[in-house]
Amino acid sequence: MEKIKEILDSYTGSKRNNLIPLLQDIQDQYGYLSETSVVEVGRLLKMPVSKIYGVATFYNQFRFIPKGKYNIMVCRGTACHVLGSSTVLKELEKTLKIKAGQTTRDGLFSIEVVACIGACGLAPVISVNGEFYAKITSEKVVEIINNYRNQEIQS
Amino acid sequence: MKLNIKINEKSVEAVKGEKLLDTIERSGIKIPTLCHIKNMLPSGTCRMCLVENVNNGRLITACSTPAEEGMSILTHSPRVVNARKTIVELLLSNHPDDCLYCARNKNCELQNLSEELDIKQRRINGVKNSHNMDVSGQSISRDPDKCILCGRCVRVCEEIIGVSAIDFVNRGSKTMVSPAFNKSINVSSCVNCGQCLMVCPTGAITEKPHLDQVMSALRNPSKKVIVQYAPAVTVSIAEEFGLEAGKDMNGILNAAIRKIGFYRVFDTSFAADLTIMEEAAELIDRIENKKTLPMFTSCCPGWVKYVEEFMPEIIPNLSTCKSPQQMMGAVIKNYYATIENIDKEEIYSVAVMPCTAKKFEAQREEMTSDGISDVDAVLTTREMAKLIRLYNIDIKNLEPEDADSPLGTRTTAGKIFGASGGVMEAALRTAFFMITGKELERFALEELRDFRGVKQTRLNIGDLDVGVAVINGLGNAESFIRGVALGSGNLQFVEVMCCPGGCIAGGGQHIGAEKESIYARVAALYNIDKNETLRVSHENPQVKELYSKYLGKPNKQLSHELLHTTYKKRDVMK
Repeated sequence: MEKIKEILDSYTGSKRNNLIPLLQDIQDQYGYLSETSVVEVGRLLKMPVSKIYGVATFYNQFRFIPKGKYNIMVCRGTACHVLGSSTVLKELEKTLKIKAGQTTRDGLFSIEVVACIGACGLAPVISVNGEFYAKITSEKVVEIINNYRNQEIQS
Repeated sequence: MKLNIKINEKSVEAVKGEKLLDTIERSGIKIPTLCHIKNMLPSGTCRMCLVENVNNGRLITACSTPAEEGMSILTHSPRVVNARKTIVELLLSNHPDDCLYCARNKNCELQNLSEELDIKQRRINGVKNSHNMDVSGQSISRDPDKCILCGRCVRVCEEIIGVSAIDFVNRGSKTMVSPAFNKSINVSSCVNCGQCLMVCPTGAITEKPHLDQVMSALRNPSKKVIVQYAPAVTVSIAEEFGLEAGKDMNGILNAAIRKIGFYRVFDTSFAADLTIMEEAAELIDRIENKKTLPMFTSCCPGWVKYVEEFMPEIIPNLSTCKSPQQMMGAVIKNYYATIENIDKEEIYSVAVMPCTAKKFEAQREEMTSDGISDVDAVLTTREMAKLIRLYNIDIKNLEPEDADSPLGTRTTAGKIFGASGGVMEAALRTAFFMITGKELERFALEELRDFRGVKQTRLNIGDLDVGVAVINGLGNAESFIRGVALGSGNLQFVEVMCCPGGCIAGGGQHIGAEKESIYARVAALYNIDKNETLRVSHENPQVKELYSKYLGKPNKQLSHELLHTTYKKRDVMK
């Protein structure tokens, strides 16, 4: 909670036009926007929480549940789409039993859909905590997830 | 400055700065609107009010485009009608289409538009929404599937009421109107005023119905169903039956209620008189004993919840008096039950109110005695009209009747509670008498009777110089209270009503009333005050009897126990 106070303090005297940078700072720090942090932002900027939540849900960049230990980004850009990224996403959702934007109950994995990662030559692409996996198929998805799971069990 | 424009090839004068919609409506043509709210800035999002600009062949929104010299407008050209029809077809493409079971059947703007534009089939098949209904609230229910995203509720909640309990959430086809973090309405900052459902064009926001409960109580032979109705109900229920606005249905309502089979019918205006006795006594006590001032009225449950959520620091300033509805409830189940020798568990107490927040208020845990609710069910004016229709009572062929004794006589002071400023006027009449022993010379305080957001006046009561203010519309409350009432205002008494205009324009009233109807209702209340002779609460014979036989003195032991309450700070998402 110390950090949030620091972030809010750096915006002292701000008006509502600073809302998005402020939310971005909080998300950079915590990985998501918690209810309490949004309430605090509302107090600082004198804005109703419903309004802030409305703005934040308008943009894809904000999340409201913490990311998993392994955040999986699924590229849904054109090239990936043409080469079957929707099947990849479906397989991922099936394997982890969560939807895009959600986090598994054990807190290990979360799925995030992004417009384009910028690696079209490797399509379809996913990245796990910044590590890229190229030319993904349904089988590969399961394999990757299992690898991370095993890694967790061993450690 | 006058502008010359053409509407449908006829020359029309427009005023510089006004929007085309106003010019067109003045010329006698109505064009459909959805997102537009009169007297508020246009948002121009629904596109229903499209008209064709002949000069450049464009379709423009009449609500947001200012009239310009030389414009030529077609309001119903084939292109325009076609565009409007497509808009409605798109709105219908994901609509549930369960009109027969919808609370707004036959009173729905979307249904009307569909009929008006002659839509006979579902031409566009969209993916249906499947949101959960939110029936968590004591007053307001939400059915997001029926929402067409016009945004009127969002704007009213923010700009008129100043609460912002709801807003648009998500984007594109996933957009919906919801409280923050998709929470349900009962844990949001909603104050239950119901102004959102008054502007909702469809059945997406509705009141929580109490009709079934009341009907099963009426059918239950071991229950004595006693009803009270608020002062604002009698001058507005006529509109539910297509009668003229402002017609006072007091006697006819009594007759209709008896025909339905209620055991006794009492007038909440009686309890309003009682409230005045308590509130005036409390005010004098606060002034004389230098207790917390200014005192704020506590009749409006929307305002009370607002204080508990947004300004808990002024809870000590809130009058501890229960609202008239709750005073009546307490008096029925205690005094009336005692003198009639009825077991109070046998009584089922129903209140007919112009208000949705009263449903919430009736269920507050503070509003009980011996663990029994003072009021068991609250019907809105609309629900009462529905009940009358359901029992096929021909309201046009009824002879007026009086309310029952001993809680049916009222003064006009209790009656004007229904209008903004009314509580203040009534309280000052009695406070003046209690302090000086004389009656006020001027009863009608015209400076408190209009539709402004904040009204103030000063009055000499004996040696006291009393400053009073009336806040009309909750959105005007916070800045005035923080700026003036708690500051340099030197105020002793402040009335706050959540709905603009007061209870006569409450969230339980006829949906779709024009401003003129609201004015007519207010005029009807003040006419009653002008034309009758019993105009001060302390002269109400039945109130006097209640004090002498049962309660003792105002604001003392038994009256304090039965007629006063407490408030608590509420932590909600805000």
